[in-house]
Amino acid sequence: MYAFMYLPILVLAFYSFNASRFSATWQGFSLKWYYSLFNDARILSALGTSLKVAGGAVAISAVLGTMMAVGLAKYRFPGKGLYRGVSYLPLIIPDIAIAVATLVFMASLAIRLSIWTIIAAHVVFCLAYIGVVVSTRLTGLNPHLEEAALDLGATPLQAFIQVLLPELMPAIISGCLLAFVLSMDDLLISSFTSGGGANTLPMEIFSRVRTGVKPDINALSVVLILFSGALAFLAEFIRHQGERRRSGV
Amino acid sequence: MSTSTPVTPATERSSPDSSMQQRLAKLVQPLILLAPAGFWLFLLLVIPTLLILQLSLVPGIRPGQPIQGFGLGNYLEIFQPIYLRVIGRSISYAIGTTVICLLLGFPVAYWIAVLAPKRWRNLLLICFVLPLWTSSLLRAYAWITILRPTGVLNSLLAAIGLPGQTWLNRDPAVFIGMSYSFLPYIVLILYASLEKLDKRLLEAAADLGAPPQTAFWQVTVPQTLPGIAAGGLLVFITSLGDFVVPELLGGASSMTTARLIYNQFLGATRNWGLGSALSILLILGVSLAIALLIKYGDRNADGLV
Repeated sequence: MYAFMYLPILVLAFYSFNASRFSATWQGFSLKWYYSLFNDARILSALGTSLKVAGGAVAISAVLGTMMAVGLAKYRFPGKGLYRGVSYLPLIIPDIAIAVATLVFMASLAIRLSIWTIIAAHVVFCLAYIGVVVSTRLTGLNPHLEEAALDLGATPLQAFIQVLLPELMPAIISGCLLAFVLSMDDLLISSFTSGGGANTLPMEIFSRVRTGVKPDINALSVVLILFSGALAFLAEFIRHQGERRRSGV
Repeated sequence: MSTSTPVTPATERSSPDSSMQQRLAKLVQPLILLAPAGFWLFLLLVIPTLLILQLSLVPGIRPGQPIQGFGLGNYLEIFQPIYLRVIGRSISYAIGTTVICLLLGFPVAYWIAVLAPKRWRNLLLICFVLPLWTSSLLRAYAWITILRPTGVLNSLLAAIGLPGQTWLNRDPAVFIGMSYSFLPYIVLILYASLEKLDKRLLEAAADLGAPPQTAFWQVTVPQTLPGIAAGGLLVFITSLGDFVVPELLGGASSMTTARLIYNQFLGATRNWGLGSALSILLILGVSLAIALLIKYGDRNADGLV
């Protein structure tokens, strides 16, 4: 099964070094697809757009999502169940439906579609994922620490920043990494909210791959896979560290 | 609204001014924490969903047209045989993918959680789900390279003298691509429930003379049933709304609901009313699946108690 999981990735890696453009047979080692990739202005600008979108959406969601998770854990109020339910919706509703709804919403308000509308739409699902990850961590946390800080005369803001936030940091970071990867991977929501004004990397890949096999996409895959593999290990490492610290206390 | 913050020291309470302030703070704090995210979700998720619900009730509306004349025309249009076939195909893809993922994923999760040496388990699990972190587009694209007529698989088949396959742009490619995409999810969930498996029960079953196979079906499977249901549901709803795999690997013959919706908005057809109705139907389908799980899951929990 492991072979099955890695077979497609290995095949892509193998062909990214193949000198031949069309044939499935090996025609000699070559780095020319990597050269053409790094000289491809469209790919590079799409990558830039994607990084901006993911960075912007994750930055906003990290703040809002953490606040939401803390608020949901601390307070009881009428309509809390509904609030929590709505915050889970982006994890459940298929991307295509969210994409369609956002497009219709933007169109009905005559909002001009641009990179900003993509970011706004991405915040919706990034927020939800970060909220869930932080909530999970909050349930395992000792609530008395913050109370102790308050008893010792800290203001609520001080208690939040100096006591709660450091405790939540591993969860916030791994939530952000997850949201970042999902945002970088999103095709549908970006396609529906970009309006031709901005082109993200998945959109660029999609429009090229649709018309057949492109060797420079192989090279791009290898670069992206290495990058996201590194991110995955980083996330796992942070989670592991966080857990060790928690069990150490 | 009440908070779990402790009773404030009496010294501060004495002045009525600060007590007012505190009551105000108690009201404002949750607002500060919850309002921004709530506002964002309301504006960009709740309102848009209600909007497409409204659009779905306007027959045949196209971009730029005023909203007038409500009716169920869009929903009735879905009952045409071509659209019903598309929905049926989506459902059968989702069911097929769920079954394949369960059949392939359970042994892997069982092996990692029960049979593999303990200190390797985390690493084995991480390595298995690592492909999830890579672009789903590129993972689907990789299968084009493998399955296309002059691709890797056919070269291998030709080398050992077997006839080549023509799976690309047909159903088998969609099943392969979807199962490959969603297998890590189900392994994650099954692992979580297999890890909690009480192994003493298996030992007890063995002591009482049950052959391993009986113990597996009578002890392991019932105990992991919630995990199986949750994992299956996750795969089912994700593949029901999946766009990338059928679009890239399925070809023209495997139109699914998600692709049909896409065409109503970004494709050639541009029928927003029909697209909205299909989206609402998709959301309802997913909700129905979740509701069934909750009901079924509850009954299951009752049975265990």
